Amino acid sequence: MATFSTNQFKAGLKLMIDGEPCNILENENVKPGKGQAFNRVKIRKLVSGKVIEKTFKSGESVEGADVMDIELAYLYNDGEFWHFMNNETFEQVAADEKAVVDSIKWLVENDVCTLTLWNNNPIAVTPPNFVELEITETDPGLKGDTAGTGGKPATLSTGAVVRVPLFVQTGEVIRVDTRTGDYVGRVQK
Amino acid sequence: MWQPSASISTLKARSHFLAAIRQFFASKDVWEVETPLLSNNTVTDLHLDAFDTQFNFDVTGKQKSLFLQTSPEFAMKRLLAADSGAIFQITKAFRHESAGRFHNPEFTMLEWYRPNFDDKKLMAELDELLQFTINAKPAAYLSYQQAFIDYLDFDPLTTELTELKAIVSQHSDDEWLQQETNPDTLLQWLFSMKIEPCLGSGTGENSSDDWTPCFVYDFPASQASLAKVCQSDSRVAHRFELYYQGVELANGFYELQDHQEQLRRFNADNELRVQAGLTKKPIDSNLLAALENGLPDCAGVAVGIDRLFMLKQNLTHINQAIAFDVSRA
Repeated sequence: MATFSTNQFKAGLKLMIDGEPCNILENENVKPGKGQAFNRVKIRKLVSGKVIEKTFKSGESVEGADVMDIELAYLYNDGEFWHFMNNETFEQVAADEKAVVDSIKWLVENDVCTLTLWNNNPIAVTPPNFVELEITETDPGLKGDTAGTGGKPATLSTGAVVRVPLFVQTGEVIRVDTRTGDYVGRVQK
Repeated sequence: MWQPSASISTLKARSHFLAAIRQFFASKDVWEVETPLLSNNTVTDLHLDAFDTQFNFDVTGKQKSLFLQTSPEFAMKRLLAADSGAIFQITKAFRHESAGRFHNPEFTMLEWYRPNFDDKKLMAELDELLQFTINAKPAAYLSYQQAFIDYLDFDPLTTELTELKAIVSQHSDDEWLQQETNPDTLLQWLFSMKIEPCLGSGTGENSSDDWTPCFVYDFPASQASLAKVCQSDSRVAHRFELYYQGVELANGFYELQDHQEQLRRFNADNELRVQAGLTKKPIDSNLLAALENGLPDCAGVAVGIDRLFMLKQNLTHINQAIAFDVSRA
């Protein structure tokens, strides 16, 4: 397996740390005026989902994690597993709750998601950057308040709650950025 | 990407800032020098890497390496040994390492030397420069030993390796720290991670108007670099650093004059390089010859100008303080 030197560290690089594949979220170089430099990294353990901070001596190497990303369409949830399918081979993969926990509220049937596999087991599911979901509940907008003072909360069909502008109403379909949870716009039907 | 990474108004402010520095030194009769960016030799420091360039037109007819300077220190000391008197320089310096919020591989350095000054006197002058150029409050002064006692409750000069590891383990369970055999690495880890971010802050709760520059002086002799070891306490050296808003801005020495001691330190550095699997660096014989001829009793300091300007302007990234960062260079 390839190893990576600390000067190749960047967000998104996958490393084996404490026997578990991890994803670098942030990497910062810490350099004293003279002397040993360090890398301070924030990493997400891909199996447990835990986010921890680690330090490395700059110049050291760390084993890369043998993980693979594949694109699969979301099918359905059977109560225990979330099922995905390769649209070309029709091969199916089932992911457990630990793998989908951060993405459940963004899973839309037939949307193509990225599954991270480690030893052929899905350990993380990343939804598309943008999803379209129907609003199931939101307060009617207050008249006259068009200045957009932060909007109002709206519950979506998956249970996700996002802030939307006051003019957006129940029953409308909106586009949401799954990376930030921000409202992007209304979808014209 | 053709556009500058700093705004034009920021770059104009930078021009005024540099002019103020020159004015400061003119008023003190410290004259400005220029020394080569390309040098036949470089530093031996374990943790510094120079850019190595190829020169094809040497008089010997052979290809050879010329190094981009990591600081103008050696050349300026040769001027001092040739009786230059007090000198300063604003120049580019280069370090072969990754860019970051506070680092660009090519950066601007202010360096100056004062014959008949010791480290205390030079710290006072740098303090004055900060007040003049960035309107800083008068600096605080803290010994390296006291910094550890104040922030981490132990004495770095008397603590053994095993004790040090026990202290480190209270802050991190990273395995490599427990396997580390060099006590200085652990001290540098604690200093960088736990002390430095608090330095140069005021007495209040990180309120930004309350920042006070902070000098840390009397570094351990094992981290002396090019400083004289203290006569009254051989555990420490006359080396200081300046911190402001949690950022390291300057490093200074009451300069080592003994050429044999200097050669010994260069060789020791190279030994450490070999142990770490790095190549030895050629030792600067011109510097050693200059020291042998006689370097005046003097103190010198190098200040990171891009960082200082960044803090003066309340910028969040060093790219915003320089015209073109390395990715746009």
